[in-house]
Amino acid sequence: MTDATLSIRDLRVTFKTLLGPVQAVRGVSLDVHPGEVLGVVGESGSGKSVSFLSIMGLLGKNAVIEGSAKVGDVELVGANQKAMRRVRGSEVAMIFQDPLSALNPVHRVGAQVAEMILAHQRDMSKDAAANRAVELLDLVGIPQPEQRARQYAHEFSGGMRQRVMIAMAIANNPKVLIADEPTTALDVTVQAQILEVIDRIRKEMGTAVVLITHDLGVVARMADRVQVMYAGRVVERSDVHNIFHESRHPYTRGLLGSQPTLGRERLTPIPGAPPNMLQPPSGCAFRARCVHAAPQCAGDLPELVQVGLTESACVRANELEALV
Amino acid sequence: MRDAISDPIELPDPHSDASIGVLKTSMSPKRMALKRFVNHRAALISAIVLVCIIIFVALAPITTRYGVNETIFPASEGPNQNLAPFDLAWFGTDGNGRDLYSRIIYGAQVSMLIGLFTAIGSVLLGTLVGGLAGYKGGWLDDILMRVTDIFLALPLLVVLVIVRGMLKNVSWVSTLMGDPNSVRFLVILLTIIGWMGVARLIRGQVKQLKEREFVEAARALGATSKRIMFRHLLPNSVGQIMVALTFAVVGAIAAEATLSFFGYGPDAGSGMTSLGLLIRDSKRAVPPGYWWLVVFPGVFFIILSLCINFIGDGLRDAVDPKMQQELK
Amino acid sequence: MLRFIVRRLLWAIPTLFIVTFVVYCALRLATNPLASYARANPRIAKQPEKMAQYIEENGLWPGVGGYIRGYFTWLKGFLTGNWQVSIKGSRPVWPNLKDALINTLRLGIMASIVGISIGLALGIFAALKPGRLRDTAVNTGALIGFSIQPFISAVLLQLFFAVQWAKWFGEPLLPTSGMYPPGHTGFDPVLMLKYMILPVIVVSIQTVAAYSRYMRASLLDVLNSDYLRTARAKGISERRVLVKHALRNAMVPIVTLAALDVGAIVGGLIISEAIFEYPGMGMFFLTAESNGDFPELMPWMVIVTSSVIIFNLLADLAYAWLDPRIRLD
Repeated sequence: MTDATLSIRDLRVTFKTLLGPVQAVRGVSLDVHPGEVLGVVGESGSGKSVSFLSIMGLLGKNAVIEGSAKVGDVELVGANQKAMRRVRGSEVAMIFQDPLSALNPVHRVGAQVAEMILAHQRDMSKDAAANRAVELLDLVGIPQPEQRARQYAHEFSGGMRQRVMIAMAIANNPKVLIADEPTTALDVTVQAQILEVIDRIRKEMGTAVVLITHDLGVVARMADRVQVMYAGRVVERSDVHNIFHESRHPYTRGLLGSQPTLGRERLTPIPGAPPNMLQPPSGCAFRARCVHAAPQCAGDLPELVQVGLTESACVRANELEALV
Repeated sequence: MRDAISDPIELPDPHSDASIGVLKTSMSPKRMALKRFVNHRAALISAIVLVCIIIFVALAPITTRYGVNETIFPASEGPNQNLAPFDLAWFGTDGNGRDLYSRIIYGAQVSMLIGLFTAIGSVLLGTLVGGLAGYKGGWLDDILMRVTDIFLALPLLVVLVIVRGMLKNVSWVSTLMGDPNSVRFLVILLTIIGWMGVARLIRGQVKQLKEREFVEAARALGATSKRIMFRHLLPNSVGQIMVALTFAVVGAIAAEATLSFFGYGPDAGSGMTSLGLLIRDSKRAVPPGYWWLVVFPGVFFIILSLCINFIGDGLRDAVDPKMQQELK
Repeated sequence: MLRFIVRRLLWAIPTLFIVTFVVYCALRLATNPLASYARANPRIAKQPEKMAQYIEENGLWPGVGGYIRGYFTWLKGFLTGNWQVSIKGSRPVWPNLKDALINTLRLGIMASIVGISIGLALGIFAALKPGRLRDTAVNTGALIGFSIQPFISAVLLQLFFAVQWAKWFGEPLLPTSGMYPPGHTGFDPVLMLKYMILPVIVVSIQTVAAYSRYMRASLLDVLNSDYLRTARAKGISERRVLVKHALRNAMVPIVTLAALDVGAIVGGLIISEAIFEYPGMGMFFLTAESNGDFPELMPWMVIVTSSVIIFNLLADLAYAWLDPRIRLD
């Protein structure tokens, strides 16, 4: 799609470890458009975070990254350090899961936001940046921003801290905001507030948002489109309504089915455990735990194909409708 | 969807094709620690070297060539003092014609015994006090911390010398501890000074463990404090205790050497010696250039300390809770 | 923050008094001032009235009450500048003590600067590429450094640089004792430096070992932290990340440790000074101790313990200043 802000094609990330190469991401492609929220869902180890950390260049030296990730016309994979630094924080910004450990404990909060500004707007004066930082804190809904800018991270509550992170991330009006589990460490009531802040910003600034989470409730509330990841690959993708109601992949169905709901007496988890990415299984990685596994699942890596209302990477997707 | 209860899926056969990649069974923490220790090459080599040294030293009369106070041959048969090594005596002789090689072994015996007993004493006392302070907390803990803070910050030699002087002059204490120049006195003195470092370590460990959920669970199940301490906190502290023990040994050996160097050592006459005394004697050997009297005891001491330090380092890495998550 | 400082100060003052009292009792017990005086002045010892006078003047009454009275007698004299005189020839204590103090500070500060800077540099060097050769090398080197006790390295260095060197080259390369050649008068910094090289090396070995490990551990912790990842995600220069974020945070525990170490300098060089016959606080202590010279030992102990307590306080303050999370105390 040509008007995509962020385009990823066939992204592969392999970690060189003492035990051997670990294939964390095995061919992920996606597009995010301005003003849209793409929800990325998956278990721990599915590669959802690694995919985006890799294109930001935030992985260690032992990560081998292949494929393509373009923001506008700028190619991120294989870019040199200088180019990466130009993009990080100005075109693409990221917020992380635990705001207490993600903020530097010995620097004042306002200074950290100002640092983000000054990193990319060199001709701004220090005072101007400080003032802008206060404005940003106000924008994300922090009361008494002038006083609070002079405080330290530990003096804020969890929700307030995450707002600070958001303020920092949007300081340079990025085209893409990647939110890696932004609400996981927060109370449920605070979660809603943070999501509302992100939503407001997206509307006001037209930012493309990638919302990485394992919480389907968050996705249901916020996302326009959703992609489900498993074992380093995208297994299903569609807009949010269809993912929830017209899913054509056993893993997605399994995730939906394992949610606790009122009236149901027992939880039905997906049996088994995620595979070891040192030696990923051949074919569909989910087949070991899949109720509908068949011999053809062990063949080539299944690709995303439009089946019904969703794109699904299940070779038996057509038959699924009939089976359930 | 299938009902997972009435028609359960069999878990995949670990050897079948479909489950390639499911992780192997995990190991117990003890085995993990052992494995990590063995991977620490320096610690492993040091352990082997140390065992060799211990065997050598323990079999003393067999492994030495002469007695500790024995001249290699009587003076009447010719000059026997300060002979260079490799000729008549492997490591040369000292100012009294005694074989340095044998004296090093006998000296090592004394030093290592002092180290061992001091360490055991310090660790027992330190674990007791530190464990209690860490568990109870409150003002007991506060005072303990302040006192040990100051003590540990004072120069070791000063503390040793002054406490030694104090104990010497209080009559009932000196009958308990024996002659100030004896090994027994030294061991007790070093224990009295040494337990504080151990107490700090164990206190820190207990404080950390106390906050862990399994302690809360035990208490919720009605366990008494005593039970919690002995069945939960202590076994989980074994790793740290072993680390403390190791470093206490090398600390005691070094303290003995320091004291001996300045003449406060276990000099019971009769020619007996320790590593520290040998090094003290070596100082006199510097101006005339009798290098063997300086180099051999010094290098031996360094190797011994090095081995124990490496082992302690390896143990510390092996029981470090942060590293226990490495094998994910 | 101010409340924090005041609280700590209020703790420090009674601590000073209690510690000096404990030291007073310990020293009196250990050195038996009356007996030592008698030993050093046998003629006076034979005169009971003179001895009684000595007891009265110096507060050496026996028993628990006597000790307490004695402490306050001593304290009054100490604080008013009326110090007790040495048992040897009644000479005043302060001039020698002052010289010893200055000498030790010279040696200690120089060794600290050398040792800490090299140690920190090595620690940073190792932490930047953890697990690789340089890291193992620094770690192993540090452990080896720890195992080389000062008296061993001192003796070995003396042997090598002086005696053996002389045998090979005719003249010793570096001197082995004292601060100046015997008979030298006046202040000669270059000559003094030459005499200080070996003692500084000996003392620095342990310092370098310790600080390389501290810095490596601290920096590694910081480099693996989440906030460092955030800093990188901001797109600021790597240099800024390392200095303003990584080092700034890693230095916090190290500054505290350094403050404590500095406090320990005045009494911590005894061994090295003794071996090199360097006329500092160490030699002062050893001589005074072997004579049982209580009037010389008390001020010495007061200086050493006060230094420890004061720098303990400074370390706390520094920690709070550098790490705002601590100020809540």
